Amino acid sequence: MSADTATPTAAPRRRRRRSVRRLTGRDRVVITLMIIVPLLLDIALIWGPAVATVFLSFTDAHGIGPIHGVGTQNYHVVRTIDPEFWPAVRHNVLWLVEFTVIATPLGMLLAVLLDRGIRGSRIYQSIFFLPVMLSLALIGIIWEVVYSPQFGLINGILHNTKPGSAIDWLGDPKLNLWSVLVEATWRQTGYVMVLYLAGLKAFDPALREAAQIDGANGWQLFWKVTFPTLRPINIVIAVITVIESLRAFDLVWVTNGGTNGLELLSAMITQDITSAASRIGYGSAIGVVLLVISLVPIVTFLIVQFRRQDER
Amino acid sequence: MANTPHLPAEVSRRSMLKGSAGALATAGLVGGLPTLLAACGSSGGSSSGGSASGKVSIGSNYSDANVKSAFSKVIAGYSNAGKVSVNTVDHNSFQNNISNYLQGNPNDVFCWFAGNRAKFFAAQGLLTPIDDVWDKIGDHFTDAVKAASKGDDGHYYLVPWVNYPWVMFYKKSVFTKYGYSVPTTWDDLITLCKQMQSDGFANPIAIGQKDGWPAMGTFDIINMRINGYQFHVDLMAHKESWTDPKVLNVFKQWAELMPYYTPGATGRTWQDAVKIFDGNKTSAMIFQGTDQVGPQLAKENLPDLEFFAFPQITPDYPTDSAIDAPIDGFLMSKKVHNHAGAVALLEYLGSAKAEQTFLQPNPSDIGTATDYDTSTYTPLQKASVDIIKNTKNIAQFLDRDTRPDFAYPIVQNALNDFLNDPSSYSSVCSKLEAQAKTIFTS
Repeated sequence: MSADTATPTAAPRRRRRRSVRRLTGRDRVVITLMIIVPLLLDIALIWGPAVATVFLSFTDAHGIGPIHGVGTQNYHVVRTIDPEFWPAVRHNVLWLVEFTVIATPLGMLLAVLLDRGIRGSRIYQSIFFLPVMLSLALIGIIWEVVYSPQFGLINGILHNTKPGSAIDWLGDPKLNLWSVLVEATWRQTGYVMVLYLAGLKAFDPALREAAQIDGANGWQLFWKVTFPTLRPINIVIAVITVIESLRAFDLVWVTNGGTNGLELLSAMITQDITSAASRIGYGSAIGVVLLVISLVPIVTFLIVQFRRQDER
Repeated sequence: MANTPHLPAEVSRRSMLKGSAGALATAGLVGGLPTLLAACGSSGGSSSGGSASGKVSIGSNYSDANVKSAFSKVIAGYSNAGKVSVNTVDHNSFQNNISNYLQGNPNDVFCWFAGNRAKFFAAQGLLTPIDDVWDKIGDHFTDAVKAASKGDDGHYYLVPWVNYPWVMFYKKSVFTKYGYSVPTTWDDLITLCKQMQSDGFANPIAIGQKDGWPAMGTFDIINMRINGYQFHVDLMAHKESWTDPKVLNVFKQWAELMPYYTPGATGRTWQDAVKIFDGNKTSAMIFQGTDQVGPQLAKENLPDLEFFAFPQITPDYPTDSAIDAPIDGFLMSKKVHNHAGAVALLEYLGSAKAEQTFLQPNPSDIGTATDYDTSTYTPLQKASVDIIKNTKNIAQFLDRDTRPDFAYPIVQNALNDFLNDPSSYSSVCSKLEAQAKTIFTS
């Protein structure tokens, strides 16, 4: 690759055109490929399936036989008839609220505490980070051992393991969403902690010292100095919190396949599309609903990002 | 499935980029989600038409270790075993991917179930009729089994293999110790449950519905005891409405049993329910298939295990009028590579010899062939044979008698809602009917 291709795009138009003309045929092939390959990957792996999903959501696709258009019928059925849909939406929202209100602040709190250089800080870091290294499916299995009504740790401590009267943490549809949220928080807290800790390490100690000289207490120091300075990492954490709660799937799937109190949009899509039911058109409609919901935070994030770039 | 393009030893980076771009473009145009999911096809044979001694492939969902080895013994006993390739796929994945499998590159012969679940594929033109196989094996099966092996067009599609009844299990020793007798009517059953509770069995009937299907068995049997076999068939085909008072009666009747169940049914697996039953402490009965209870019971307790047919609710439909006894068997795919070979293999699989080889290490099911050597049966198997032989109508179980997209997750969730709150039955029924209307029109 010749150095000319690295010419900044902000260069005057005339000069850029001349530099393009100076490219050899070989360079052009390279550039074309470098654009085409990622473009095709993007189309094949992201845009293709997304557009296909939107298309299929207006059909009665069943995996067998011809596909007929059915208009917005799938959406109508999802909204008005499917008894799982609104509970699933509620659970997704609850997941997001719990992450925003409890898991993420808890992770940030741990990071701030550990950043103060308390004794054994590394050991605590490792302990809190450990769950992040496990797959979510494995976390689900580990917690099943903790929650099991007859053989589990919690009921063992409570001395109540009699079938029938023992608390069924993961089976009782009034309780199990909260039990699974504890599992999710166990992991999310460590994840946020590590990210925030990395941000805190990069925090200029001079700022802290200046604030302390000005008489700021710990609370003021964090909210008035540290937190605003760490804006980039805050945005990353906000995005991760939203993404992790929208893609919540593994834990409920491992626990009971996303039924009986653990309905989530992602689990509904999987039940409809990949099971023997093969309700591909119907599942796609739920997929589109999830896509639209996901677009809200994604678009918000992009707008914030672009605005920041414009400000520079 | 996907063929990795063969790269020459000397390959420039750019030609490789071109190659992968091309491959991706093809994948993007041709492959959607369904193709990606259809990952369990086989390479299949190459000879079309074929001969009885040619290569045949069989798709098997007998994936559990002991069942898998029993099935390989069955194949080893085939006269032409060397030409048979067995493609074993995990039981659940096999079921979940079946429609992609059949439309992709299926094996010549594959394991499947009787009932609507086979008829559905026959009606979609994904199966080859096997009337020629039945010309040979027809004499060895009862009329009930024959009826269960046909498609809606009257042609044979299934080679039946093994089955098992859904019944109420109890321990002989427990019944003897407390002087219980087998209940024959609903009132007897309720009286028995009350007696058991006063004898210290807090939850006389063990139940585990976490997997979504065990409670379907209880729904089926109460429905058939109140409304009869034909109503079950029509309801499963949605020729009857779920808001019909007859269906509401089923749930009302069922609700009377709730005080006698182990609480928290929807959070418990049926395996754990069998263990609770086997513990003889809080429960003394369980309604399940012999296929499930047998293998989960402690081996030394097996001789103590007995069962009775679900009691009569109305004299119109006595206990010998209907029962769930699902049949497993084999089908021939439409895209069969070696027809003659597949026919020969199916004739062998439809023999008592093949069934006996398979069931030898697994004495919970029974063979469907009438010339099966019954002297090898355990007492439990003999009782299974008797109850199936003496019952007029054999149903295949809710999830095999209705459409797969209706059974899961719709009926599953409805029964969970009912078990979590038995007083909600009328809203459960109206939700079921609303969803049935959307499913059965498509």
